Amino acid sequence: MRHFLEFEKPIAELEGKIEELRRTTDAGGIDVAEEVGKLRDKAETLLRQTYAKLSPWQKTLVARHPERPKAMDYVRALVAEFMPLAGDRAFADDAAVVAGLGRFRGHAVAVLGTEKGRDTESRVQHNFGMARPEGYRKARRVMELAGRFGLPILSFVDTAGAFPGIEAEARGQAEAIARSIEAGLEAPVPFVATIIGEGGSGGAIALAAADRILMLEHAVYSVISPEGCASILWRDAAQAPTAAEALRMTAEDLRKLALVDAVVPEPLGGAHRDPAAMMAAVGDKVWSVLEPLLALDGATLRARRREKFLEMGRAGVV
Amino acid sequence: MNWITDWALPKIKGLIGTSREVPDNLWHKCPACEQMIFHRDLERNLHVCPSCGHHMRLSAQGRIKATLDEGWSRIELPKAPADPLRFRDQRRYSERLKDAQTKTAMDDAVVVAQGAIEGRKVVVAAFEFSFLGGSMGAGVGEALVTAAKLAVLQDAPLIVFTASGGARMQEGTISLMQMPRTVIATRLVKEAGLPFIVVLCDPTTGGVTASFAMLGDIQIAEPGALIGFAGARVIEQTVREKLPEGFQRAEYLLEHGILDMVVKRHEMRATLGRLISLLREKLPPEPAEPAPELVALPAPEPAEATEPAKPA
Ligand SMILES: [Zn+2]
Repeated sequence: MRHFLEFEKPIAELEGKIEELRRTTDAGGIDVAEEVGKLRDKAETLLRQTYAKLSPWQKTLVARHPERPKAMDYVRALVAEFMPLAGDRAFADDAAVVAGLGRFRGHAVAVLGTEKGRDTESRVQHNFGMARPEGYRKARRVMELAGRFGLPILSFVDTAGAFPGIEAEARGQAEAIARSIEAGLEAPVPFVATIIGEGGSGGAIALAAADRILMLEHAVYSVISPEGCASILWRDAAQAPTAAEALRMTAEDLRKLALVDAVVPEPLGGAHRDPAAMMAAVGDKVWSVLEPLLALDGATLRARRREKFLEMGRAGVV
Repeated sequence: MNWITDWALPKIKGLIGTSREVPDNLWHKCPACEQMIFHRDLERNLHVCPSCGHHMRLSAQGRIKATLDEGWSRIELPKAPADPLRFRDQRRYSERLKDAQTKTAMDDAVVVAQGAIEGRKVVVAAFEFSFLGGSMGAGVGEALVTAAKLAVLQDAPLIVFTASGGARMQEGTISLMQMPRTVIATRLVKEAGLPFIVVLCDPTTGGVTASFAMLGDIQIAEPGALIGFAGARVIEQTVREKLPEGFQRAEYLLEHGILDMVVKRHEMRATLGRLISLLREKLPPEPAEPAPELVALPAPEPAEATEPAKPA
């Protein structure tokens, strides 16, 4: 049973009707193939129209869709011989950040991701993708490991943000994020980050200070959630759709602002309607930006990465 | 000013109650002990309450004055694109920005200055909290990158006094990108073999703490300063627990190993001078004067007195 978002209701109704008609046919009733075909066309048209003009808030909902492929789905689909690595070597292993080694198109790589989980149990296990300091320290450790062995880094970012908790603060959440950003910037190896769903603030940039930043068509990437922004600036969380608009957090906007390098188009109706196609498209795009970077040495990569971030948002600086 | 305004007014005010208006630019009430303090006394005392020692907020300009030898100069900063998103909430960001600029006579929330501490040259960047909560957008990022480049050029340590609510939401993801940008700034200073010293002042939170402000070679904070990543209210709502006493205060961070020291404002200049000397002068400069007694605040004692642990 597909999970439909509020704005997808008309599509859900049409698809429900199609399903009903098909059941009638299967049960030996009258042949309704023609009717089903018509409805299918209608549903597809509606889906196309709806997804062609998603508002930033609707994209936020799509980015958070429970059936959207998650970080580990990409790892399983794109990375062979995956060996998960665990722990920050100081306190704990944080399952909100997944890390490991594997092969991407034959090349040994280090992989990082923020994992939200798919069902209740795994969501709790991964703390809904909200990492604690241990997660960012694990990320940093694996980025440094990648640097030592010349392994390109691939990250898959999908997080509402760093976990806001008492112990997280006591153990230096801010410092852990800062060091993870630093590790990304310093890595003497190619680094490609992909924002696959939600790119939430510091928790996202901690794994995305990369040479190339890709974003899925309906992913969002922002300094604060629309709800958080609305409750602070509008003093009303219900203004989240307005805040989502103002924050310019969609892939299209961020591409225009030159904060992301490329947008990966999603299957019709969003990544969750065809995860396999989505993951294959991400694999192709990651490879197309990674391959040219493989020829560059560490010093060049680091220097260019710095230059890239120093130039960000700077158009018109005098 | 005479003794009447200096000493008598608080008492008179005490007698007649709080209903009468006192110009708030003349008298300040200490938020900790509620003592009324005459503005000149407060200024003379670097905005530290003379009666209870509470550290109140100090302007960026005030910090630089209190830190540097006379003869320092303010650095002109590159102008970042203003309002890149044409952001508007209940008001236009461009208007908020203009108001803040008028109020503070600054272009953005950071002042950068070059000068010296006890003759040792330094570059200082100081946050102005009253400029949109010291929030970090492209202008602040630009200021810190400029300060770092200047420090390298001058072969001088970089000291940053922070006071910031975090990222400037009105600049969206561009403000988020100031985190990596300012981290790069710290790398420039460190790679040149120069000390990068952070002084965390009240309050420092969000994207500022989670970037350059936690990467100092030396991490100092002022007493009682609120320092953290997530806001207390967000944490309370998330974990549904009462926050521990002193949570996210400088002393709490010191206890948890996040800071090197908590230093009173009056000892800040001497502390910075000593640190820079120790980091950069292998032998004491001639002639060796007797060093003044200077101690950082120790970590607070644990609540229960405990016996020293016995080796297992
Ligand atoms: Zn007081």
